[in-house]
Amino acid sequence: MTEFKEDVSIVLGGAAGQGIQTVEGILTYALKSSGYHVYANKEYMSRVRGGINTTEIRVSSRRVRAFVKRIDILVPFKQGVLSWVSDRLSETTVVLGERGNVEESFLEGANLVEVPLTKLALETGSQLYINTTAAGLIVGLFHGDFGAVEEYIRKRFGSKGENVVGKNIEAAKKGYELGVKLCEEGTIRVDVERDEKVREEILLSGTEAVGIGALAGGMNFLSFYPMSPSTGVSTFAAQHAEEFGIIVEQVEDEISAINMALGAWFAGARAMVSTSGGGFALMSEALSLAGMAENPIVIHLAQRPGPATGLPTRTMQGDLNLVLYAGHGDFPRIILAPGSMEEAFYLSAEAFNLADKYQVPVIILTDQYFVDTYYNLPKPELGRIKFERHIVEAKPGYRRYELTEDGISPRAVPGYGEEVVIANGNEHDEWGDITEEAELTRKMQEKRAVKKLETIRKNAPLPRLVGNEGAKYLVVSWGSTLHVVEEALEKLGRDEAALLHFSWVYPLNPEARKFFEDKTVIVVENNITGQFADLLRKELGVEVHHRVLKYDGRPFSVEEVFDALKGVVE
Amino acid sequence: MNLPTGREAFEPKRPTSKDVAWCPGCGNFGIRNILISALAELGLKPSEVAIISGIGQAAKMPHYINANGYHTLHGRAIPIATGVKAANPELTVIAEGGDGDMYAEGGNHLLHAIRRNPDITVLIHDNQIYGLTKGQASPTTMIGMKTPTQPWGVFEEPFNPVALAISMNASFVARTFMGYFRESVEIIKKAIRHRGLAIVDILHPCVSFNKVNTYAWYREHTYWMDDHDPHDREAAFKRAIETDPLPLGIFYINEKPTFEESVPAYRVDKRPLWKREPKLDLVEKFFEGKKQ
Repeated sequence: MTEFKEDVSIVLGGAAGQGIQTVEGILTYALKSSGYHVYANKEYMSRVRGGINTTEIRVSSRRVRAFVKRIDILVPFKQGVLSWVSDRLSETTVVLGERGNVEESFLEGANLVEVPLTKLALETGSQLYINTTAAGLIVGLFHGDFGAVEEYIRKRFGSKGENVVGKNIEAAKKGYELGVKLCEEGTIRVDVERDEKVREEILLSGTEAVGIGALAGGMNFLSFYPMSPSTGVSTFAAQHAEEFGIIVEQVEDEISAINMALGAWFAGARAMVSTSGGGFALMSEALSLAGMAENPIVIHLAQRPGPATGLPTRTMQGDLNLVLYAGHGDFPRIILAPGSMEEAFYLSAEAFNLADKYQVPVIILTDQYFVDTYYNLPKPELGRIKFERHIVEAKPGYRRYELTEDGISPRAVPGYGEEVVIANGNEHDEWGDITEEAELTRKMQEKRAVKKLETIRKNAPLPRLVGNEGAKYLVVSWGSTLHVVEEALEKLGRDEAALLHFSWVYPLNPEARKFFEDKTVIVVENNITGQFADLLRKELGVEVHHRVLKYDGRPFSVEEVFDALKGVVE
Repeated sequence: MNLPTGREAFEPKRPTSKDVAWCPGCGNFGIRNILISALAELGLKPSEVAIISGIGQAAKMPHYINANGYHTLHGRAIPIATGVKAANPELTVIAEGGDGDMYAEGGNHLLHAIRRNPDITVLIHDNQIYGLTKGQASPTTMIGMKTPTQPWGVFEEPFNPVALAISMNASFVARTFMGYFRESVEIIKKAIRHRGLAIVDILHPCVSFNKVNTYAWYREHTYWMDDHDPHDREAAFKRAIETDPLPLGIFYINEKPTFEESVPAYRVDKRPLWKREPKLDLVEKFFEGKKQ
């Protein structure tokens, strides 16, 4: 008998196109509806069919939000899955599936619990139902709410007709009964407590959190060129375009995408582009225009490994330097990197106020790991969303680039007021007309690159400290590594180590220095050089003592961060 | 509001906007006059017009006319103008640039703007040479012309914007020569009034760097299409591939839905985007749906 307590990590593996997404959808939905905390993340290959893709689903009695290497239950849908995840298998891993899907070399050592998925699916009428059977099986192991499985199937397959819905429910039922039976027989025992509050919570992915956050912030224009792993946000926006009455346009290239969005902001829209590193590289010319013309823009960049095409479907925090330095000449920008779904929602909404207020590019930096992660969370509070327009009327004498103390000129939009608005990518006078005058050039450079930057910097929020203020070790995370570092630290359970998380990445408020005083600083980041560690030195003069880096295109696991931190602390 | 209209309203007013950087005798002066007359005769007000330009001498136009303007990047006027119009369809939006700007750097955007069909007017100042960078060949330079960077003479096939636009079933395609003032004003008025993407290739001399295509050359090598039906695409294409003399006038008109009419944003709510607020009730509804 194999027993799992409190927190179970289930990994499903199969070929692209085998329907693992369906299983994932049913499972997370039904288990969350049953009162379990759930977390899911996937890794996939850059191909339409074949290969091996896996999904990890954690089911827990307490909130779980991070990737673990450990696999408790592995469901392989084809041969090759065990080899693909061999470094994640242990003696206690239960392989739940058909003998035919386990490679010869693993048959002896694996803890295989054979389940006749194909047979059950065929009894329902077709091998196609194998996915729903497997989903039912796992929900059965948890004695989950079968009504929720039915509900999900109705929603997902409803458009395909009553027959398809009925057959899928029947297939899931067969799986469910088998799952319950495995527990009753004592083959597998799952002991995870339910938390009634979870039923009232929502399930949200990183992609959705950015997308709905942008809509909450008043985004009404999105132009994009598809690029993994950012496309989900554009798809999300397109699917909500009619309901929200917004413009979503797939354009000819990333150059057009950002320029169109700049035009839209010039005319008063709240526009966003969503892209990845390679697409952003093409946008850097227009980023300079945004800097010079002080044209607001919100850019969502979902990072993947580079350089060039890199690993198109995998993850890395490797584009911080790109967004920090992209564009020619000096101009300020704001870089945000959400670490949780809540942060992604609130920051994506706030990004639009920031862009409008400071008239600078605001970049929301996520990555493949983050956009493809989801878990349950309490519904965000819409009361916290503020809508600040920051637009003035162009009255007679209006000057678009008026020199001001804080570096922020009042921004009018064409058609609001009787005066005209002139924006310019050339160096300009206060009215917006071209100038080559030395003194004016100096003033305009200072206004943008010094005064405005200082205004943003002093208003930048501080990072969030989790744990003991007097801790000797300060573990720093930024963006998507938040939860994995958090869980690794909990596991480490020592008072001498605290977590400092940055979701506002640039510019950094100088007051943030106080967190680092007399600490041994450990920065955890998903890239090869430690780009954020370098930024801490540059911005705050902070010395980073240890860099915990990972750069194989995969996210950190809790175990890896735990081992690394343990190595430093001991 | 009672705002001034007429030519006077569009004359430059800001402190440096009278300091024009074009060479004496430049065709751009004529185009500015034509544009000011067209805007004034259409009864528009400066605050209702937005001129979006790329880079180059032609692209300096927003500084020498009193209207909303955005002087942007080389080749990018069209996507920016598309964004401006999409965000506020109440504005009359004009994208302006030279032959290098629109046909070389911005070529891809022109192609896709024809497909997208925003209700903007694209004015191309076509002098068949690069002026601001001092005399290199442009996409429309004629075969055989020698330049400092093509000392052996240009051998590339000149870009034919009119034939290209008609082949792509563009919404409005015209060509004019700025030396014909009244005719040019009428064409540009029609282009602005046209619902959909209107492309006007405006021939004009570069007095400093193009010694072949002079005022006299354009008069000698062009003619007005008097007997042409712009709704006949085949006839328009036949005219478009004529090279000497070059036909002038409206080649093609193809009424079709515009980009702004096609996006869902204006189906119910007609207000420009800057007047709108976030729909938090729909965000709330989305979250409620995420519980089940």
